[in-house]
Amino acid sequence: MADRDARTQTKAPRANPLRDPQDKRLPRIAGPCGLVLFGVTGDLSRKKIMPAIYDLANRGLLPPGFSMVGFARREWHDQDFAQIVHDSVKQYARTEFREEVWRQLAAGFRFVPGDFSDDVAFEHLRRTIEELDEERGTAGNHAFYLSIPPKFFGDVVRQLHEHKLASPDDGSWRRVVVEKPFGHDLTSARELNDVLDGVFPPESVFRIDHYLGKETVQNILAIRFANAMFEPLWNSNYVDHVQITMAEDIGIGGRAGYYDGIGAARDVIQNHLLQLLALVAMEEPISFDAASLVTEKLKVLSSVRLPARLDLTTARGQYDAGWSGGVKVPGFFDEEGIPADSHTETYAAVKLHIDTRRWANVPFYLRTGKRLGRRVTEVAVVFKQAPHQPFSATATEDLTHNALVIRVQPDEGMTLRFGSKVPGTAMEIRDVSMDFAYGGAFTESSPEAYERLILDVLLGDPPLFPRHAEVEASWKILDPVLEHWARRGKPDAYPSGTWGPASADKMLVRDGRSWRRP
Amino acid sequence: MKIQLTETNASEIAAEFMRARIRAGSPVMGMVMTLIIVVDEDGADDAMEAAKEASHEHPARVLGVILGDGRGAGVVNAQVGTGGGWAGETALIRLKGEVTKHPESVVLPLLLPDSPVAAWWPKDHPDDPAEDALGRLAGRRITDAAFVTRGKLKALHGQCLAYSPGNTDLAWTRLTPWRALLAAALDQHPGRVTAASVSAERISPSADLLVAWLADRLKIDVARRTSDGPGITSAVLETKDGEIRIDRPDGRLATFSSPGKPDRPVALKRKDLPELLAEELRHLDEDDVYAATARALVKQAAS
Repeated sequence: MADRDARTQTKAPRANPLRDPQDKRLPRIAGPCGLVLFGVTGDLSRKKIMPAIYDLANRGLLPPGFSMVGFARREWHDQDFAQIVHDSVKQYARTEFREEVWRQLAAGFRFVPGDFSDDVAFEHLRRTIEELDEERGTAGNHAFYLSIPPKFFGDVVRQLHEHKLASPDDGSWRRVVVEKPFGHDLTSARELNDVLDGVFPPESVFRIDHYLGKETVQNILAIRFANAMFEPLWNSNYVDHVQITMAEDIGIGGRAGYYDGIGAARDVIQNHLLQLLALVAMEEPISFDAASLVTEKLKVLSSVRLPARLDLTTARGQYDAGWSGGVKVPGFFDEEGIPADSHTETYAAVKLHIDTRRWANVPFYLRTGKRLGRRVTEVAVVFKQAPHQPFSATATEDLTHNALVIRVQPDEGMTLRFGSKVPGTAMEIRDVSMDFAYGGAFTESSPEAYERLILDVLLGDPPLFPRHAEVEASWKILDPVLEHWARRGKPDAYPSGTWGPASADKMLVRDGRSWRRP
Repeated sequence: MKIQLTETNASEIAAEFMRARIRAGSPVMGMVMTLIIVVDEDGADDAMEAAKEASHEHPARVLGVILGDGRGAGVVNAQVGTGGGWAGETALIRLKGEVTKHPESVVLPLLLPDSPVAAWWPKDHPDDPAEDALGRLAGRRITDAAFVTRGKLKALHGQCLAYSPGNTDLAWTRLTPWRALLAAALDQHPGRVTAASVSAERISPSADLLVAWLADRLKIDVARRTSDGPGITSAVLETKDGEIRIDRPDGRLATFSSPGKPDRPVALKRKDLPELLAEELRHLDEDDVYAATARALVKQAAS
């Protein structure tokens, strides 16, 4: 929080008389600081980071004097950089464009041209930051946002270290922000962490999993722990199994270079889906600070166990050409840059057990894929059937399992499925779905995930960022599956626009279950 | 879709809400509150438009109540609708004749079960909103001292005198960005504030509240200066390090100055009505800080 920030920045802590814990209106505004952005021209920078910075400024959440330095191998001046940001903000910002906000922001834009191996450029960067501390009052507080491929992290971090950019003076901070992928297996994740860890202390490393910045994901915790009526059912006494799905209707598009060799499991299951699993399955944390959340998430991730027979409990696929939503679309091997012998999966499904009393014998099924039926991310908690039915078997023929579905995106909301009488003189019972949509509240006016996360970086508020230990725990879960797949040759094909390969359906049929149609 | 109901009553309006829902094919709605808007015919369109935008953040059943001419036999007319940009349901209810003395009899049956009720007077408000027939139904009562049509000078003072838990005024809501910036400034300069001043146009309920808030929190006298506006044009805090100063001459872009730091521009736009209303509906419990500020304002005026 802002006042916590203030306490760490001032030596003699003295309560600010204008702050009051009762004062819920006052927003958290970051203290004086700046952001250094590596990878200015990338998609992520232009579509997410720059617009989020503007939106934060527009909501009045950035400090006066906030500054942003771009670093890239371009012969640009400050105003060229400002132009790039301007275009990106105009196109992608969620809040309206206001000249005065832009002027406030643009006054703090600087650009440093150079290579990651260029000592002169990093010296220039250091001077630029010092000048900003002078001219704009950023007070030595800077976050380095590495929006670049992980193979360059080492170079940049070393340079930051050598040019004394990574070590803050007393009373100020330096932080580093990195995006997924956090490695491609346990070993590489550790190597990556060593690179960062050697220079920045763990609490200064902010790993962005943008799913955790989503309002609906945070709402999972609110639904579970703020209510009385769900948590008593949230265990193996009542829950039959849980399905976590992240489906995309698009193909890999122009991302062949990144995607080939990575695949759906590394791209999505390792981070987003296992984080969702952790939030759905974890025990109640003793509070919502970072340490308590990490403790609970780690506990549950460490108790995840893979089934013995991976051939029967996992599935993977590659999309074929076909029709998706009325449009003819190319198959995975028709995409530019995909070699004909690629074994990269575009669909991945795994079954996981959680070895705790709460979840004994409750399997968690995780699946993700490209070119599936539609774009949806959801968590479905499927309940057991009532242990006894006073109604005749014919009356309850149409009744399936009760289910609680949390839709993360799009159409954020919740569905509750339960049995209800069919109107008429006969006693027949069928499923009805009660569907709750968050009336636009979580979609329009609420901050985008990146806004929330960037603000949290600047405030130094870490609960929504996965720690390295969590990254390691999730690779430990996934590595055996990846190794198993590597030995098994080519993934199965599935037609674009469907819900994945037949092998994925069989995987659930073996357990006497079936995938939900999301 | 809008349905006109003439010479109607509360149960017919309620039935129309249900029919509209079924017509829309969606029997479940995620409404979180009922918002009662008490307004005159001229202000109704603007107020309903603001509520419509705010409804996207707070899906609500919005009941616009227009109290017409009180003479003659009572007539209730209503326009009921869903969709058309609303997240939730809306009814604009026009009362004429005797029933204008008993508007709560129409509104009470239309309140959503269990969920909170807010009442908003966009222009003129009752002297004591908590004792008003419609105000009594609400847990949150929102007035706007800056937009009353008569007695502008006294309006805010009257509201502070009549304060009761759940009352709030949009003049206070307009202050939030100023208060946030001043609080953030003191995070950076934690020394004791020895003097303070606020400049604003002659009639500015927000400025009066800012003076009262600063005086109450900092335990010092705060000078109130008159400027040409618009709204509040500057706030100054004196600390032992020097002066913390926010100047906003044009109602949009401010300059933030603090000791030992360069001057910096800060966007500090005056918020529009839908934003203010949406902020107001975000917290429906008693605003303790406003309560303390209202008390301080009354005390200052008396001394």
